[in-house]
Amino acid sequence: MSLFDYSIKELQEKIHNKEIKVQELVDASYQRIKEVDGQVKAFLTLNEEEARQQAAKLDEREATADEVLFGLPAGIKDNIVTNGLRTTCASQFLDNFTDPLYDATVMKKLDDAKSITIGKLNMDEFAMGSSNENSSYEATRNPWNTDHVPGGSSGGSAAAVASGQVLYALGSDTGGSIRQPAAFCGVVGLKPTYGRVSRFGLVAFASSLDQIGPLTRTVEDNARVLEVISGHDPMDSTSANVDVPKYTDALTGDVKGLKIAVPKEYLGEGVTEEVRDSILQALKKYEELGAEWEEVSLPHSKYAVATYYLLASSEASANLARFDGVRYGVRAEEAESMMDMFKLSRSQGFGEEVKRRIMLGTFALSSGYYDAYYKKAQKVRTLIKQDFDQVLEKYDVIMGPTTPTPAFKVGEKIADPLTMYANDILTIPVNLAGVPGISIPCGFSTEGLPIGLQIIGKHFDEGMVYRAAHAFEQATDYHKEKPALGGVQA
Amino acid sequence: MAEISKDQVKHVANLARLAVTEEEAEKLTEELGSIIKFAEQLNELDTENVKPTTHVLDLKNVLRKDEPKEWLTQEEALKNAPDKKDGQFRVPSILE
Repeated sequence: MSLFDYSIKELQEKIHNKEIKVQELVDASYQRIKEVDGQVKAFLTLNEEEARQQAAKLDEREATADEVLFGLPAGIKDNIVTNGLRTTCASQFLDNFTDPLYDATVMKKLDDAKSITIGKLNMDEFAMGSSNENSSYEATRNPWNTDHVPGGSSGGSAAAVASGQVLYALGSDTGGSIRQPAAFCGVVGLKPTYGRVSRFGLVAFASSLDQIGPLTRTVEDNARVLEVISGHDPMDSTSANVDVPKYTDALTGDVKGLKIAVPKEYLGEGVTEEVRDSILQALKKYEELGAEWEEVSLPHSKYAVATYYLLASSEASANLARFDGVRYGVRAEEAESMMDMFKLSRSQGFGEEVKRRIMLGTFALSSGYYDAYYKKAQKVRTLIKQDFDQVLEKYDVIMGPTTPTPAFKVGEKIADPLTMYANDILTIPVNLAGVPGISIPCGFSTEGLPIGLQIIGKHFDEGMVYRAAHAFEQATDYHKEKPALGGVQA
Repeated sequence: MAEISKDQVKHVANLARLAVTEEEAEKLTEELGSIIKFAEQLNELDTENVKPTTHVLDLKNVLRKDEPKEWLTQEEALKNAPDKKDGQFRVPSILE
């Protein structure tokens, strides 16, 4: 029994027909973790005892109509709050946060669908990073080649799915943190429209950009998980009161007449030839399937990285003010005054990149600099959003690479923050515009590392994004490839 | 626009409630300096008449009824605290 063998739909049928027990599935998940996670390092905390008890209980009964993820093993990014299950955000500041008091709304929804939480997944500390090297714990490695990074910040989520440790995972995406690791690890990752999924219980990084989304091996599985976690939530005043369509209904395989826009900025400087070729091949495939594509321009793309780092860091500096060593987390013991206690706890608790961003954000919001940096960036954000609005008025979707290069090597970019930030140039604009974007596998580099195709849609038009992604997936075999970890070759 | 100085870095660190050593302040001065310099490219754009975006969805005045609900008990709220006494969070002296 391997989690690589079946889709969500197939497993639900097999459980229903008593061909597979939930306990066998959960067992397969922990068995696989034992085999490969010593190399991959995707998990920070396991939920084994609880998961096995849940599985035994589910095996005693039938799924109801609403329990659409009945008994399926899931991994959860460690910045999503799980009641009673350690939640660290991969930060030593929260190393002792073993007993969170409530469930994030997405966790309640997964629980209602009877999904089983296998454990909590590694990430860049507080979701700040593109390589997982900013984890306070051992950094996750890319299952396709463990000398390479899995991407970030949801690197643990992407790697766990790619290496068959869980069937699906939840990640969060502020500037590409679902799509970039999905591309690097050869899986499907969707950042929903801002407001599509409740952020209640997602430890906030940049509240105007953060979204939770699913990472899966196939587009259909991805649509099924999004159907479960989407929807308005009174606990998140920025979640949208917009009906959740049945995304799986959009997976018709038909893209005849689909209008695709390809921004010239997304195939320009910095994008390697291999990546560009893979995208052009993918576009050719879409032509064969009856879709049409045209080159367009998103003229403000080159300003997205600077805009993002000012805005996201500013929001982070405010959001991370709550970590003060008073109510939870690790407190610096030696402090004698209250102020020293704040400062020492924060300085010892936060890692280098987190502190750098808090500093940048505090600076951009400080008296005398607010207009020049924060407000300026908010205005440029408007221009970037308008670029997308204009193109998406005429086209159904926008396509391009998810990342300029395949997964880079561990240690290659960590020394220079700006080099690392530039890696997110193709994913960041999507968060700034608030539109949905997916990454799906569309090829491999000569080194055997996955390449991702990014598909971007209109606000709340995840259905169209899924339709386009699914049609390509059905016409190609990239999603069927598996990494050779632990001697299990595809 | 001006570069960031080491004194400014120390001032910002104080605002952010971070303790920085001389060495860290120097490193941060350099790193923040280059990030801020990179951000200066936004000044190429004329944004005089552009409205700032705070959220991408045009949400306004999301209100709910102000009614009491069951939430955390005192015991629960104190459960993860590094230090507590007599049902309250305990912190070092706030008086100098």
